[in-house]
Amino acid sequence: MSAFQKVYTKISQVTKATCSLKATGVGFDELALIQGRLAQVVKIWGDEITLQVFSGTEGIPTNAEVVFLGKAPTLKVSDELCGRFFNAFGQPIDGGPEVDGEEREIGGPSVNPVQRKQPSELIATGIAGIDLNNTLVSGQKIPFFADPDQPYNQVMANVALKAQTDRIILGGMGLTNDDYLYFKHLFENAGILDHIVSFVNTTEAPPVERLLVPDMALTAAEYFAVDKNEKVLVLLTDMTLYADALSIVSNRMDQIPSKDSMPGSLYSDLAKIYEKAVQFPSGGSITIIAVTTLSGGDITHAIPDNTGYITEGQLFLRKDTEIGKVIVDPFRSLSRLKQLVIGKKTREDHPQVMNACIRLYSDASNARTKLENGFDLTDYDRRVLSFAKDYSNELLAIDVDLKIEQMLDTAWTLFAKYFDKTEVAIKQEIMDKYWKNND
Amino acid sequence: MDKTVGKVVSIVSNLVQVRIEGPVFQNEICYIFLDEEKLMAEVIKIIGDIAYVQVFENTRGLRPGSKVEFEGHMLEVELGPGLLSKNFDGLQNDLDKMEGVFLKRGCYTPALEDDKKWSFTPLAKTGDKVRAGDWLGNVKENWLDHKIMVPFKFEGDYIVEKVADAGEYTILDTIAVLKDNKGNSHNVTMRQHWPVKVAIRAYKDKPRPFTLMETGVRVIDTMNPILEGGTGFIPGPFGTGKTVLQHALAKNANADIIIMAACGERANEVVEIFSEFPYLEDPRTGRTLYERTTIIANTSNMPVAAREASVYTAMTIAEYYRSMGMKVFLLADSTSRWAQALREMSNRLEELPGQDAFPMDLSAIISGFYARAGIVYLNNGMTGSVTFIGTVSPAGGNLKEPVTESTKKAARCFYALSQNRADSKRYPAIDTLESYSKYLEYPEFVEFSKEKIDDNWVELVNEARDILVRGKETQEQINILGDDSVPVDYHITLWKSELVDFIILQQDAFDKVDAATPMDRQRYMLRKIIGVTRAEFNFENFEEVSPYFKRLINAFKQMNYSVYNSEDYKKYEKEADEILGERVVNA
Repeated sequence: MSAFQKVYTKISQVTKATCSLKATGVGFDELALIQGRLAQVVKIWGDEITLQVFSGTEGIPTNAEVVFLGKAPTLKVSDELCGRFFNAFGQPIDGGPEVDGEEREIGGPSVNPVQRKQPSELIATGIAGIDLNNTLVSGQKIPFFADPDQPYNQVMANVALKAQTDRIILGGMGLTNDDYLYFKHLFENAGILDHIVSFVNTTEAPPVERLLVPDMALTAAEYFAVDKNEKVLVLLTDMTLYADALSIVSNRMDQIPSKDSMPGSLYSDLAKIYEKAVQFPSGGSITIIAVTTLSGGDITHAIPDNTGYITEGQLFLRKDTEIGKVIVDPFRSLSRLKQLVIGKKTREDHPQVMNACIRLYSDASNARTKLENGFDLTDYDRRVLSFAKDYSNELLAIDVDLKIEQMLDTAWTLFAKYFDKTEVAIKQEIMDKYWKNND
Repeated sequence: MDKTVGKVVSIVSNLVQVRIEGPVFQNEICYIFLDEEKLMAEVIKIIGDIAYVQVFENTRGLRPGSKVEFEGHMLEVELGPGLLSKNFDGLQNDLDKMEGVFLKRGCYTPALEDDKKWSFTPLAKTGDKVRAGDWLGNVKENWLDHKIMVPFKFEGDYIVEKVADAGEYTILDTIAVLKDNKGNSHNVTMRQHWPVKVAIRAYKDKPRPFTLMETGVRVIDTMNPILEGGTGFIPGPFGTGKTVLQHALAKNANADIIIMAACGERANEVVEIFSEFPYLEDPRTGRTLYERTTIIANTSNMPVAAREASVYTAMTIAEYYRSMGMKVFLLADSTSRWAQALREMSNRLEELPGQDAFPMDLSAIISGFYARAGIVYLNNGMTGSVTFIGTVSPAGGNLKEPVTESTKKAARCFYALSQNRADSKRYPAIDTLESYSKYLEYPEFVEFSKEKIDDNWVELVNEARDILVRGKETQEQINILGDDSVPVDYHITLWKSELVDFIILQQDAFDKVDAATPMDRQRYMLRKIIGVTRAEFNFENFEEVSPYFKRLINAFKQMNYSVYNSEDYKKYEKEADEILGERVVNA
């Protein structure tokens, strides 16, 4: 801190999340310290400056000492980040030393669209509900839509461990301490801690701090993807809690809320984060897998709705009561980029097998409706119902761990078990090549 | 004239108050000086000596007291040869000229090339009386005839004093000298500027649209046609195929020029256009699609205020080419993002909000924009047109939200994408019964269709629509009563409607042949299918109906996949006819 830094001691207004005071020469978005607490300039009205205090304003007196730091929030980036855990401000929370490196402002500029490359590299996860039906591609951004009682963090952690990437960055927002420790132990036990950088805001920390987490995580991601040409996977959980923090702040700044009491800028705010996903021509990439928790499966709520318009698909988790497992719902899930890889980077029968499975699964759901409405089932109805059960158990369930070829073979085995060739209705030449004659 | 200057007083995100020391006007462009950077901004409100400006950039680090210079003009675009095959941002900066991987704040690049030579041929001659928009000469831009016009800003009549000889010129060279009625001479170059929020009106007359704009998409051309100079919009929840449909339209539409405004949407979708269009063949010219395309990319992570500018920039470029007598097709994806940008600003201005916190004048702004499309008679009697289709992303898939409602008032065609159709993979997922084209009722179009398509065209289209309505009603009754509790006729009615759905409405955008259907072929198929639906069928029980029609649909579908009038096509037609022979009474 420079010796000439001016100290202000007269706060004119305090609300739950903000303080205002008169000051000059202050820049927008700049950081300040109020009695040691970090705050950020969110409004400059003549000489009156409004600061958003990340940790809340409890106990701040009107004569608190305020100093402006002359810079926006930053992160020091270097390879020393690897294997470390940080809070929302980028300070270590694992007891280790401060990280040394180049200081970069977080929330930096966007990639020029003409400097992007069309994503084309498959990311295999071993989970058939993803690899077979909703294949992930590097440079993609995709959230899990899940109700709070579903094991989304476990699924995401599993995906992260299996995915072939150079670097994993975890951005945890409103994680319970238990989940934080879960991630920590999991990464430690898997012996891949040095591939991972984590920024964590737990429920024990003030909610407004969360707003910094995605930008911190993505600034680190850009360091590895741009400077080091690495394939980086960013995990953001839970974006619903991030959006909730946005609404808290906008509410305290007297902004007029739009749908579902979210700020009118929600779309832009979320897009700024998700659009950091990118494939660079140099080989580096940033892939974002996020979690958006739903309430009661409602995807028309402003948070999942805006997310759906931004992300390249969504992975929908659902409990299949028939097999008692959580599955990746083949109807409501979608990977918009899968066309870029399936049948091209994977075996030629992939697109056809995927579609046939889903069509038969859909027939099963019609048969189930018939059953529930008390109509008679045909022989075909009964066969698709049995197929659906096996399909759900052997492929859709999230505990599946297979190579893509094994998934395709499993599907062919199920086809042959329950159907004849015309019912499966796949292009003849592919049928001839892959059809399994069981007996 | 000296520029008005001012100083920054207040900052809330990208809304900045400036204390001004001279005159400014509404929508005037200014630059805010922040250290070495210049941030572009636009005046949106003036109270006393305070001008409210919206900054087209991130305002991080901006301090009160920063110097502001007002430019004396509104947000303008550069017009001239060299606009095609370009990737611009919302403010018409050429993205390919920018350095570095990341967009740098305050970095503005020129839209056109000052040093490139164009081969000019004069069209006007000395002594001609001309006015704004009249053609002075012609240059080849890719393969298109790019007209060099009397600048739109010229008011009144002029006499041509001199036109340059045929030869190679840059956009800065004088290619004509015009004399106004006071006797003053004005030099004209191939480049001109025009404010994006003002419509270009250099035409004689704007009639009601009357000719079909062929898109190759059957559910549009046949069922809900859009006309040259017409307007339409596509609302749909996410995942229903808005973007795929827009790309299909861009690829196949029978237009001279395609302008795509990616307004606040995904960057990877723009990358898809960048990487595919240079290699896609324009089916009518054999050249690449890129040669007739301009892309305005203001993706969702680019500054919000420039999002609003992007649709106006795109429209102005479209109007510019229309003035050359071209058929321009303008696509904007998505206008909801533009409306949201308006909302963010209105909110910061602390205006009283309308529904869902959108500004009160949203409806007027949208209508004003759609009104700029249209077919026009130019001063020389030629026609030019801007056909506009915008997508709308309704929040929560609810079509009662303000942007959809406002757009419905402004656009003449409504293409409702349905989640149900998308879920059951019936693409394009346009719900024909929910959708409409007001042009079907235009006497001008009825006349046109009689002459150019079919004597009874509109009747046939309405008949197809009725079959779909009846099919839907029957489906509901069967669902309630059960398959075996309704007469066999119900099943036949349902399957006739399915036949129309599968063969006319559904289309495979990824199949080489089926992706685009010429009008002649659409006419043939509609006649054929309507013929089938008029026939009487003989079935013993309902269980025979669905397998029979599935076979029939399959044969017709193979026809759709075959090259028109090819051997395969005829083979499948014969197959379909044979299937019909099995069951049709009195065939």
